[in-house]
Amino acid sequence: MSTERPMRAVTPRYVGRLLWRRLTSMRTAIVLLFLLALAAVPGSLLPQRPLNPAKVQAYLASHGAWGRFLDRIGAFDVFGSYWFSAVYLLLFASLIGCLIPRIAVYARALRAKPIQAPRHLGRLAENGTLSSPLDPQQAAERAGRTLRPRWRTVVRDEPAGALTISAEKGYSREAGNLVFHVCLLLALVLVAVGKLNSYQGSIVAVEGTGFCNRPISYDTFHSGRLVNNGALANFCIDNLDSFTASYRPDGTAQQFRAAVTYSTGLDGAPRHDVITVNHPLRTQGDRVYLINHGFAPTVTVTRPGKAPITDTEAFLPEDELYTSEGAFSFAGADTAPGTDLGLSAVFAPTPLIQHGIVSSVAPIAQHPVLAVLAYTGTLNPTGQPQSVYSLNADAIASGKLKRVGAQNLSVGQSLKLPDGTTVRFDGYRQWASLQVSHDPTQLLLLIAAVLMVFGLLGSLAVRRRRLWLRITPAPAAAEAGLGSLIAVGGLARNDSGNFGAEFAAILQRLAAELDSVPAQPAEARAGDPVGAGRD
Amino acid sequence: MAINTGLASLSETLWTVATGTYMLAVVAYTGEYAFGRNGRIAQTSPATDRERIAEPVREPALVGGGAGGEGVGQHPYGAGVVAGRQVAGRRWGRWAVALTILAATIHLGSLAIRGIAVDRVPWGNMYEFTLVVALVATIAWLATLIRMPQLRYLGLFVMMPVLLLMFLAGTLYTKASKLVPALQSYWLAIHVSSIATAEGILVTSAALTGMYLVRARHERGGSGRLARWGARLPAAASLDKAAYRTVAFAFPIYTAGVIFGAIWAEAAWGRYWGWDPKETWAFIAWVIYAMYLHARATAGWRGSRAAYINLLGFAAMTFNFFVVNIVISGLHSYAGLN
Repeated sequence: MSTERPMRAVTPRYVGRLLWRRLTSMRTAIVLLFLLALAAVPGSLLPQRPLNPAKVQAYLASHGAWGRFLDRIGAFDVFGSYWFSAVYLLLFASLIGCLIPRIAVYARALRAKPIQAPRHLGRLAENGTLSSPLDPQQAAERAGRTLRPRWRTVVRDEPAGALTISAEKGYSREAGNLVFHVCLLLALVLVAVGKLNSYQGSIVAVEGTGFCNRPISYDTFHSGRLVNNGALANFCIDNLDSFTASYRPDGTAQQFRAAVTYSTGLDGAPRHDVITVNHPLRTQGDRVYLINHGFAPTVTVTRPGKAPITDTEAFLPEDELYTSEGAFSFAGADTAPGTDLGLSAVFAPTPLIQHGIVSSVAPIAQHPVLAVLAYTGTLNPTGQPQSVYSLNADAIASGKLKRVGAQNLSVGQSLKLPDGTTVRFDGYRQWASLQVSHDPTQLLLLIAAVLMVFGLLGSLAVRRRRLWLRITPAPAAAEAGLGSLIAVGGLARNDSGNFGAEFAAILQRLAAELDSVPAQPAEARAGDPVGAGRD
Repeated sequence: MAINTGLASLSETLWTVATGTYMLAVVAYTGEYAFGRNGRIAQTSPATDRERIAEPVREPALVGGGAGGEGVGQHPYGAGVVAGRQVAGRRWGRWAVALTILAATIHLGSLAIRGIAVDRVPWGNMYEFTLVVALVATIAWLATLIRMPQLRYLGLFVMMPVLLLMFLAGTLYTKASKLVPALQSYWLAIHVSSIATAEGILVTSAALTGMYLVRARHERGGSGRLARWGARLPAAASLDKAAYRTVAFAFPIYTAGVIFGAIWAEAAWGRYWGWDPKETWAFIAWVIYAMYLHARATAGWRGSRAAYINLLGFAAMTFNFFVVNIVISGLHSYAGLN
């Protein structure tokens, strides 16, 4: 292919413009949309670190080099990976590049007058003719009045003494389109701003305890980069007054309720609220959710010659019937290393004991049992942070913790250890896992999302259509009482809806307004010079 | 309030009756398809060749006057074999529509009674959701027939998927039960019904797109079974337009449904979006349908390419319903199949 076009110097500016044009083309947008959909797929098929880090660890452990490769390319955090971000940032760059000129074009179109009537209105897909006793000027005025409430119109003079009316409708289609895309961009910005300014903390609170909204209070706490962790909203859940789980006769859950007393920084006065699933506590832009619940057994340890110590620990549910596992730790005297006492225990709210193994058969507490394994020795030989839900397995394996007793205890029963220590199972409380969330942009985001839907409705449901009237004075030869002949043509610019029916209705309305006979049938019109003498 | 087991079993009986009635409707649609003007026999019998010559080739158009349905049946030869078949085809078709309406009514009754029996909206698990999607697809089809009665002879291809959904619901059957606390929200009524409506309409769009692809192959002069079968379908341009309109209608509903889901997620899980597998696939399907709408407006992408994108969107949506519900565990695991 040798075209005779003069060679254009390949300057960076030229290449840049070329790339920009490519990027902002619709084709590129389609390809980027496809890539966006494709890139999201692994996010649902592979375990994701932000959702479930334990599953990712398990996957890594079982998949060796393949797992490590996936980890390196960010496949376990797809929606935070550089390639996913690259696709949507390119898409949004493409969108901005497409939107700015379109907004400019639309702004001009809003000010522009509907375009001139084509020469042969009879050739348009929809057309018809009318005749009227009115003279062209009056006819144009009446026709304009009929159309104007819904149509944008302009009247023009033609050299031969004819008048034309150009009318256009459906401007809100492009407006809707632009609103949708601008709000989409806005939504992304709001999501990003929200991420930077949001935080989330979760805590396991046992009945009768409370916490304040400070990072240090929480078991886990994540915050965006712009959050000032030292100055979170000032409120406290002073007390988890009670947690209630109710079940139906068939054993399915009916309702979970956490009754709390809370106070906010405004006046510090205690208020009461009930948090249920689907109904968080909302206060000053922070929300408190009920996420999970479980049992927290209480034991009292009495060492010979010492004051009794009572402790309540939250246990983790191991199954849907709330067989729960956990641990108690009682440090020994500082002067006598190796005298720590550790209890590893299983709590069954409604117990079933088979071959000495305790499990639960119902999620509600009916004569609960605490199966205790008692250990003495050093609870934490390494001094590293360790789980509060279990004893240090290494210490048990290495003999630093020795088992000194085991028994299934009902409420009130005690286990007596060889050194004279008694462990009494006092009862239980319940715990609720509460999550505190803060996201300052979510209301704005909701507004943007609602506007997106309205924009979408406009851009998909509204049709652009044009209508032209050419009003010519009736020829002198025509019979008396005939003032003007009117040719009408219409064009729908989008292939949706039934413009034919709409056009027919408009024609009828115009005929009535202009005192015309009904629109002439299409067959009669063909090759018929303006239907002379048809009145 | 406890579950009313009497009503629950009545609802299940009605499901069986509705499925049987749909089956009869499909038989009647098959009859019309076989014996009607555009049917198989009319297309292959010599009498029809005569008819075709006498009557200038007129494609069964999707758009146009509402009288088309009856008008198509009229032809120059008032008597004879062809006319007899015409009447037979029309009779089959009327029976098919009557049976569809009857089946849809029983279907609606089954869902309503299930809702009363469990004292909540009847779309709390996969069995119920499938029934709702099937009902919406049927209603969408009947609504299409009001606007375009001449399409009736294609009923077989729309009602067949509905019948499949009914059988599928049977395999996904879940005992009538109350809702777990997470589903006890009025958002269940809003979010799930809008998604089911959108999906029901998109099923219709996918069926139209499938027909479009076959017809387009025929119009390109392709050979082979598919292309030959395309001879009996409406013009490709009309099918394409109808498929586009159904997506244009369903897409805002789907978008709103996803937003309702985000509002509910904010109240139930503490965040409006968390890339839960269900959310991820809703996003994927949404992006693909957005791609379809863009492709439809881009030179070089219209036609078959856009049609394949439409089918891809449908595939993503179907994957989201079956695979994500049954295989992948996530926050939306309410299928009730475990």
